[in-house]
Amino acid sequence: MRTEDVIGQLIEQHRETPGALLPLLHAIQERVGYVPAECVNPIAQGLRLSRAEVHGVISFYHDFRSAPAGRHVLQICRAEACQAMGSRELEAHARRTLGIEFGQTSADGAITLEPVYCLGNCACSPSIRIDNAIHARVDTGRFDALLSALSDADPA
Amino acid sequence: MSLTCYLPRDTTTLALGGQGIAAALVEHAARRSLDMELVRSGSRGAFWLEPLLEVVRDGQRMAFGPLTAEEVPGVLDALAADVTSHPLYLGDPQAIPWLAQQQRLTFSRAGLGDPLSIAHYQSHQGFAGLQRALTLSPQEIVTELTESGLRGRGGAAFPAGIKWQTVLDTSAQQKFVVCNADEGDSGTFADRLLMESDPLQLIEGMIIAGLAVGATQGYIYLRSEYPEAFHMLSEAIAAAQQAGYLGRDICGTGRAFALELRLGAGAYICGEETALLDSLEGKRGVVRAKPPLPAVQGLFDQPTLVHNVLTLAAASTVLARGAKCYRDWGMGRSRGTLTVQLAGNIRRGGLVEIPFGPSLREVVENFGGGTASGRPIKAIQVGGPLGAYLPEAQWDTALDYESFADIGAMLGHGGVVVFDDSADMSAQARFAMEFCAAESCGKCTPCRIGAVRGVELVDRIIAREAPQENTALLRELCDTMEHGSLCAMGGLTPNPVRSALDYFVEDFG
Repeated sequence: MRTEDVIGQLIEQHRETPGALLPLLHAIQERVGYVPAECVNPIAQGLRLSRAEVHGVISFYHDFRSAPAGRHVLQICRAEACQAMGSRELEAHARRTLGIEFGQTSADGAITLEPVYCLGNCACSPSIRIDNAIHARVDTGRFDALLSALSDADPA
Repeated sequence: MSLTCYLPRDTTTLALGGQGIAAALVEHAARRSLDMELVRSGSRGAFWLEPLLEVVRDGQRMAFGPLTAEEVPGVLDALAADVTSHPLYLGDPQAIPWLAQQQRLTFSRAGLGDPLSIAHYQSHQGFAGLQRALTLSPQEIVTELTESGLRGRGGAAFPAGIKWQTVLDTSAQQKFVVCNADEGDSGTFADRLLMESDPLQLIEGMIIAGLAVGATQGYIYLRSEYPEAFHMLSEAIAAAQQAGYLGRDICGTGRAFALELRLGAGAYICGEETALLDSLEGKRGVVRAKPPLPAVQGLFDQPTLVHNVLTLAAASTVLARGAKCYRDWGMGRSRGTLTVQLAGNIRRGGLVEIPFGPSLREVVENFGGGTASGRPIKAIQVGGPLGAYLPEAQWDTALDYESFADIGAMLGHGGVVVFDDSADMSAQARFAMEFCAAESCGKCTPCRIGAVRGVELVDRIIAREAPQENTALLRELCDTMEHGSLCAMGGLTPNPVRSALDYFVEDFG
């Protein structure tokens, strides 16, 4: 199905939901991988909102991305409990290893690096999230091991 | 030999390799032709012992932990021989001192069995509170809750009964119960643990709240950083629906309550109740001015009862055991139990549910066992990222809302983050401002712009650029943020900044 048809279908499904915009944007991102700029107009029409309101919501929330991510999204917790266990060093190591900053995707398209403020795993810090899996007590060695497991699992 | 094994499937256990252990158990039990049932349970919250495997053999429950997949064959060997000699053998889990010394009310079921099993929940007093509520009038339920002395567990500690009464007394076509499950504070995981280990308790509490205030629709607003809690809540809501506890005809009484799970989108500010309501309405999470109170004019402008996960869960305990039983725990105006979450640089981290009252030091030393690094503790941040960094002189403060308020700190949601002596408190002060700049909703200028200026000022102080003048300016900025912001984001960000300046000035160069 073409992306615009997918989006049209999702808008249709959410039209009657009270406060539909966040559930709809989550659904679009899950299906399409990101929230394309082209969907602002049809969403605004479908939910009877202004384009400014729709754009405002998309840009307000950290979760919604306006471009496709890499094959995996890797989030590093930057909050206090992880800081107390060396997450600043882990962040620096991740940037160095991947050669990218937060918000960027590695050159081979494998990994998008993002900050996250708390994964709620604060008794076993530092924590990172790779896609939907959370990993505890991640030091630089474990980080490297997780990375190489990812690249082994990916098709070359 | 027939065995029942319990292995948690909560976030922490999974993050420590829980799936690998489950697979190893199944594989090695099959190789030995063992008659084994594996139950994926919730966690008791003793995260320093996770992954914690519990085995029931001949009616006796015993625990092993912290376990790795490689150690599974050894545990199975020991079960066939002398089990007590295994190095990871912990005996009866209920008797582990760290757990035995707690007073579990809200978390009494956590870790005992399958969190999604209605039968298991019922066999442990589950739905007893709801059954009782169904025999009471709305006012009787509200009175019971008011008399329990329960206060909001999200951080503000507002008396819950007053909110319930206000929503009950406000007439409207449609009222709502909203659960704030946007547990964004670093160092807190009590809501997550409850949703992953005993989600039916939250659902029960919300149904009771709906019956009490006259709301037929509930929403749980869950943060997207909790994928496992999302999964568990979705399944639990479906199970409760199937069993007739949710929907148009609760337990055949003809009364209705529908519950929908909604996902946040990574905005810390949506933990603030009015921003949360805007987010639920499909808008940017921008803080509203109060009044009107959400209890009068909340979601879609209708009367709305907004509570944290633990507050709603506690409602089921209050109804099941009675107001007096709940009120008998605690000290002063802080009634019931407090869930302390030991986090950060801590040796024995996890969830500690105890009556209000012991000192911070007692809890951090007795339960926490000091730092994970073995170095001396330098500072303890209580109450999340907007809480003060407390120096040693303040660790003897009693853990109750009023005692903490008296020293200019707050208990908040009960998060306790420990830092050892390698921490640089100027970096922590800078981070507080940086976090506020990133997460401010933008409505109030002192918060939106002030936080950006705050980062710059801390940078100048650290660089020894006119440090005295810039420190004075930073303090003035903190005053402006505190007095000129609508909500706790801008209003309390000065807490960690000021405490770093007050107690750890040597870290600023």
